[in-house]
Amino acid sequence: MARSGTAKLTTRTASVPEKIPIRLTVNGSQMELRVAPWTTLLDALRDHLDLTGTKKGCDHGQCGACTVLVDGRRINSCLTLAVMKEGAEIITIEGLARNGELHPLQQAFIDQDAFQCGYCTSGQICSAAGLLAEGKARTPNEIRELMSGNICRCGAYPNIVAAILQAMERS
Amino acid sequence: MASYIGSATSRVDGRPKVTGEARYAGEFNVPGLVHGYVIESTIPKGRIVRIDTSGALGVDGVIDVLTHQSRPPMADKDNAYKDEVAPEEGSPYRPLYDDRILFTGQPVALVLAEDWETARVAASMVKVEYQKEPHVTDLHAERSRAFAIDAPEKPRGDAAKAFASAAVRHAAEYFIPTEHHNPMELFASTAIWEDGRLTVYDKTQGVQNVQKYLCGVFKMKPDEVRVMSPYMGGGFGAGLRPQYQVVLAVLGASALKRPVRVMLTRAQMYALGYRPASIERLALGASSGGTLESVQHEAIAVTSQFEEFARNDTGWGNLLYRSPNAKFEHRLVKLDLPTSCDMRAPGAATGVYALECAMDELAIALKTDPVQLRLQCYSERHQGEDVPYTSKQLRECYRQGAAEFGWDRRNAEPRSMREGSELVGWGMASGVWEALQMPATVRIVLTANGHAEVATAASDIGTGTYTIMAQVAADMLGLPIDSISVKLGDSTLPQCPLEGGSWIASSVCNAIANTARAVRGDLLELAKEMKDSPLAGVGVDDVALIDGKIASKRDATRAVPIASAMQSGNAERITREEANKVDEDKSHARNVHSAIFAEVKVDEELGVIRVTRVVNAVAAGRILNPKTAHSQVMGGVVWGIGMALHEETLFDHHFGRVMNANIAEYHVPVNADIHDIKVIFVEEPDEIVNPLGIKGLGEIGIVGVAAAIANAVYHATGKRVRDLPITLDKVIQFE
Repeated sequence: MARSGTAKLTTRTASVPEKIPIRLTVNGSQMELRVAPWTTLLDALRDHLDLTGTKKGCDHGQCGACTVLVDGRRINSCLTLAVMKEGAEIITIEGLARNGELHPLQQAFIDQDAFQCGYCTSGQICSAAGLLAEGKARTPNEIRELMSGNICRCGAYPNIVAAILQAMERS
Repeated sequence: MASYIGSATSRVDGRPKVTGEARYAGEFNVPGLVHGYVIESTIPKGRIVRIDTSGALGVDGVIDVLTHQSRPPMADKDNAYKDEVAPEEGSPYRPLYDDRILFTGQPVALVLAEDWETARVAASMVKVEYQKEPHVTDLHAERSRAFAIDAPEKPRGDAAKAFASAAVRHAAEYFIPTEHHNPMELFASTAIWEDGRLTVYDKTQGVQNVQKYLCGVFKMKPDEVRVMSPYMGGGFGAGLRPQYQVVLAVLGASALKRPVRVMLTRAQMYALGYRPASIERLALGASSGGTLESVQHEAIAVTSQFEEFARNDTGWGNLLYRSPNAKFEHRLVKLDLPTSCDMRAPGAATGVYALECAMDELAIALKTDPVQLRLQCYSERHQGEDVPYTSKQLRECYRQGAAEFGWDRRNAEPRSMREGSELVGWGMASGVWEALQMPATVRIVLTANGHAEVATAASDIGTGTYTIMAQVAADMLGLPIDSISVKLGDSTLPQCPLEGGSWIASSVCNAIANTARAVRGDLLELAKEMKDSPLAGVGVDDVALIDGKIASKRDATRAVPIASAMQSGNAERITREEANKVDEDKSHARNVHSAIFAEVKVDEELGVIRVTRVVNAVAAGRILNPKTAHSQVMGGVVWGIGMALHEETLFDHHFGRVMNANIAEYHVPVNADIHDIKVIFVEEPDEIVNPLGIKGLGEIGIVGVAAAIANAVYHATGKRVRDLPITLDKVIQFE
């Protein structure tokens, strides 16, 4: 994606595309920022808004570490250009707790030890929040299947399923 | 107060990890941060003839492009590049050092720009011309060039002769392909100037290893560079040695006098270390009664052309089985690849896989139950050293694991068990690893308000180090766990070894015990100086710190609140720093053991394999935290499932390059691949291995798992697949 449109940029006077102003609602706050058209939502969050809770694990939509909620749906923020989300409402891991009280999924992940290194955790929790909103998963097998876009290399999968079940029971 | 040691305690670093507050190496955003993008070699061997950076330098926002010709100075001696775990033999790779190309994916230039996207697009405009040289990357094609390395295991008896005359024999070759760690976090380093000194946030399993390495490479004084790694998004061995991005980040920061971040892409991480592919030949000879007469294990593994990395795959039979004759040999083949490195249970994950599959095949040849064969060959002493174990509850692992799994309901006949359209297979294996301790120093600062800071330069790579340190310190200091704060991941903290080899828990926790004893001694002195002290005349080992008091062990009414003792002595804080005692005693073998039972279901028409149940019964001394310990072993089982069924780095040997350098085509287990995993901790008191009886858990969880699954696949299908991973194409033609 970033390379399209760069064929002309071979002389010493090459320039990068102009930045575009966009507005996003991130974790309930109105944000105005200027991003290049090739900046992904993931990099806009991490590098422009300093919301580094959203993780970069592959930049190719293969690992799920960058999962955030956009207008209530879970997406891979590395496969989304920030400029495409003008006006959208975005919830990241930093926006799940309310007044210092953890979201039931966050608490369940701690209770069930559903992580080790913690690097996939933000994506797992945001993905689980999206899963619960979708309402399609009712059994452990359905959770396993519908959470398979989020890789956990530490291998916490059974505890991730247990954490989601805990949050489902309590909500 | 209840003891924290041994209680299922939630991670003390849980909250920062579930809220996104925990910052990893590539997440320190500072004003003026420069972004580096690595350009890698596209050939496996040769020389750089020319690098044309003009196109990249013309891009708005590009600050500089560093190459071997334009970089700041670096050391020119091998010793400067030898980190704590560098192989003894060879010359470590020097990033961006000269025009020599040693492997595909080697960094040849670093683009430095005001933002990451600009650096990336500019990198595509750098033109590199190479002079190619012939390369070799295929282990199988080069195996005749294998050379032996010094192995510690001495041969016993005449293994070849005993094998030739054995009543029942099994000999076969097994293969484990190259595997990559693929931690979720991308390798990254952020180098930041602070008052003329460098602070480097690095993805590493050893901040002090990286700090010493950078001092060597850049001829810096120890106080000129500080390495931090408060959180690490998975290591598995990949972060034991300093990786090249940390050198590049410091080069960039030195060249520009600005803060620089270098974050690798997932694809670039396939040019770091890897588990070496290995060919393992096993030859087992047994009496007709089913006792081993001869064990021979020969391995050939991959290393680079420039370093000899080796972890002996072959000695594990000496730890598990009695045999009067044995011979072991580990050999290496040099290929035009990066140097291989440690990956979870190096040497054992691979070597024990081959050994335990061979034992299964021997059991079949003997018409003996595989558990029964292992019990008949059970070794009470280390066969090579002829010494007893500090503890070895492996028999109990077999018993409890088999009972939990329901092994006695197994029909030994292959293809005899099925469920609908699926064949069901049950297999088992043993696991073994070392129980090591390394020198570590812990500092405790106890303040009069009843808070203690516990610090050492360890890394918590997800293993739970923060949590077990807080638990042990809370018990030893008699404080609630909330009153303990643990500081790790900072090279300026007291000395600590690399987080690897399963030795951190034993090393650090025994150091905490020693430091806490020193703190207790100071407190006792203060308490004794109090007027009418109830502790007059007691010694440091006659008192304990309990519930915020220093109290006599014999008479709990003889006690002084810690706060009172410190106040009366005008002590605002007590600071102590002590090390663990690493026993050099060779009179015992120190090991952890496990028994793994696995169930697979194989679709008879499609060959699709699912691992539906795994029981892993582990004997690993004292379990500090059953909750995090369970996670560690469960994670190891998931790794074993990946090793058995999924993981394989594929090479195009013509081009000498990895074909599946991404996390979709390099298959790792996903949630849907993982079903029921049961972890059992077998009780194993051990007063010899170290004072706290801790053996470590990081590696044992994976060892033997792939063998149990391979054995289960044979039991299900009647097809013996010896080269991993066991993909459906290898089982689809049932015999």
